[in-house]
Amino acid sequence: MTETTSISTLKTPASVPSSPPLSPSALAVRRFRKHRMAMFGLGLLIFLVLYVGFAGMISHGYCEPIDQELRGEEWANCNDTSLKLQPPSKDHIFGTDVIGRDIFARTIYGGQISLLIGISAAIVEVILGAVIGSIAAYYGGWIDSLLMRFTEAMLNIPSLFLLIIGAKFFGGSLPDFNILGREFTGSVVVIILIIGATSWMYLARIVRANVLSLRERDYISASRALGASDRRLIFSHLLPNTTAPLIVSATLGVAGAILNEAYVSFLGLGVQGATATWGNMLDGAYQYLETAPWLWFFPGTLILLTVLGINFVGDGLRDALDPYSTKHL
Amino acid sequence: MTNYILRRLAQAIPQLFIISVILFVLMQSFGDPIATLGGRIPPRPEDRERLRRQWGLDQPVYMQYFTWLAGNDWQKIDMDGDGVGETPGKRLGILRGDWGSSLVTRQPVMKMIWDRLPNTMILMLTAEFVIVIFSILIGLYSALRPYSWFDNLVTSLSFVGFSMPVFWLALMLMYIFAVNFRRWGLPYLPTVGMFDPSVGKQPFEVLRHMVLPVATLAIISTAGYSRFVRSSVLEVLGQDYVRTARAKGLRSMYVVFRHALPNAALPFITIIGLDIPILMGGAVVTERIFAWPGMGRLFIDHTNRADFPVLMGILMFISIAVVIFQIITDVVYSFVDPRIRLN
Repeated sequence: MTETTSISTLKTPASVPSSPPLSPSALAVRRFRKHRMAMFGLGLLIFLVLYVGFAGMISHGYCEPIDQELRGEEWANCNDTSLKLQPPSKDHIFGTDVIGRDIFARTIYGGQISLLIGISAAIVEVILGAVIGSIAAYYGGWIDSLLMRFTEAMLNIPSLFLLIIGAKFFGGSLPDFNILGREFTGSVVVIILIIGATSWMYLARIVRANVLSLRERDYISASRALGASDRRLIFSHLLPNTTAPLIVSATLGVAGAILNEAYVSFLGLGVQGATATWGNMLDGAYQYLETAPWLWFFPGTLILLTVLGINFVGDGLRDALDPYSTKHL
Repeated sequence: MTNYILRRLAQAIPQLFIISVILFVLMQSFGDPIATLGGRIPPRPEDRERLRRQWGLDQPVYMQYFTWLAGNDWQKIDMDGDGVGETPGKRLGILRGDWGSSLVTRQPVMKMIWDRLPNTMILMLTAEFVIVIFSILIGLYSALRPYSWFDNLVTSLSFVGFSMPVFWLALMLMYIFAVNFRRWGLPYLPTVGMFDPSVGKQPFEVLRHMVLPVATLAIISTAGYSRFVRSSVLEVLGQDYVRTARAKGLRSMYVVFRHALPNAALPFITIIGLDIPILMGGAVVTERIFAWPGMGRLFIDHTNRADFPVLMGILMFISIAVVIFQIITDVVYSFVDPRIRLN
């Protein structure tokens, strides 16, 4: 920021002391960087991404049952039942779980899946919310009332109940698959779709309200007069002007999706099989409340830190992207 | 006013209809109801057939939905599979107040809900009371000293509060106040259940068991609501009538409590009114951890057994409550706030 200001002051004559006005996006970046909590949240998220991305390099160990030195995800899935429920120690800094797997390694690989679920589910949520909200507002009439009645019906059912029913309905219906050399259980995709499909309603309402006011603007009439198609109007003219709420909802949606994944997994309806997530590491852990607190403490704390970081960043984005905001300038 | 209420009720009917269709369709591949009906022993193939016919599970989905909705007491059901109906149907359908019966306990769904509802309500209403009191106190104090160290501290803490996974907080509280307090020889709190069977269901005993679940629910919601109160009070404090009241020379606290707070607290009516029906559904995760015998537990226990009449019952009960409380909230709001006119 300081660099651009100094260059522009050099070019302008001395009689005009002010620099050219900053663009809206430059203003948003400036507001975001002045937002202390948002910067803290960003730092937290960078740390967590480094943790799930690179901590795998230092996590390795000797797997007794197959008599091999393992690293990476194999190490996370190595179960040595003679070492079950070990408290944190030098070999297993976060301890071991009920079948003797290293919790440190599992939080790393589970974190990758949890973040993947969070981000993908938020993408599904934004796509559904944006498409349904903009179509309802753009076409109006019976399409609007039908879509909005459906949205209200979905909102009336408490979201966790809806999530549980969805998870139960689609659970185990997809086969396992392989991406980037890693084995994923089909339930990962199921959970992503379910979380996305049960959380788009608020976003659809926001988009609808925005598009309703935008579609009366002159530039829309102008494009229509020039012969732009409905699809072009919606996707090139209306939706891009609602990006601010979309970005904020998408960010907060990632936090919500990570929490939701943790809740369904905690209730035993989430990601199944050997694939670790922060959520399913907690499944059943509460039975070891007294005897093995490390089982739930580490994955739970990582969820808390991730969600906290995302919420801070989301709040910062909300302030930064609001063109009327005068805060933090 | 009567017109308004009637119109809202009329609008609610198609909405509830849509909800019930969505839910009924989702319930269809929920697992094997016959296995649930059979109990512990896996039923023989001929018993499976008989049970399917007896419970109408051989019918197509839309017929099952229709039976659930309107009953089948005018039909004859073909129980022995010879193609001729001989046993008269007994279901009345939800429209005539028959919510069906559980596949697990064979009890009427309504009775099961009424058994659990008081347990959930005692927990949730206490939590809601604590939440409202604390969020008003904290939010008000923050709003009177915006951007002070207290306000900044509360802002940061509230972010931590609503970022906490419920089970993480619950387990932490249990670990500190039950496990470690006992270890240190301090008076400790019970962790699971509603009362100790050896003591019995006495008020003080239930209260002791309520402390941790209520604290869990209250901490997380207070975090969010206190921010809401803060911004609401801040907005009202900036209004002209508050400045006028101050200019008249009224004491600062009088202005806050008599002029600002009542108006700032108005939106709370909406929040509480919309919370209550959701509270009736119980807190699935909290009730599960603390083994609280409420609606959330009922729901999750019967989910795992594919007991769809109970699940449909609970969800429809909550949905109806949501719709009714939305109307009540709007009506109450218009009484309390004369600026709102319902038409």
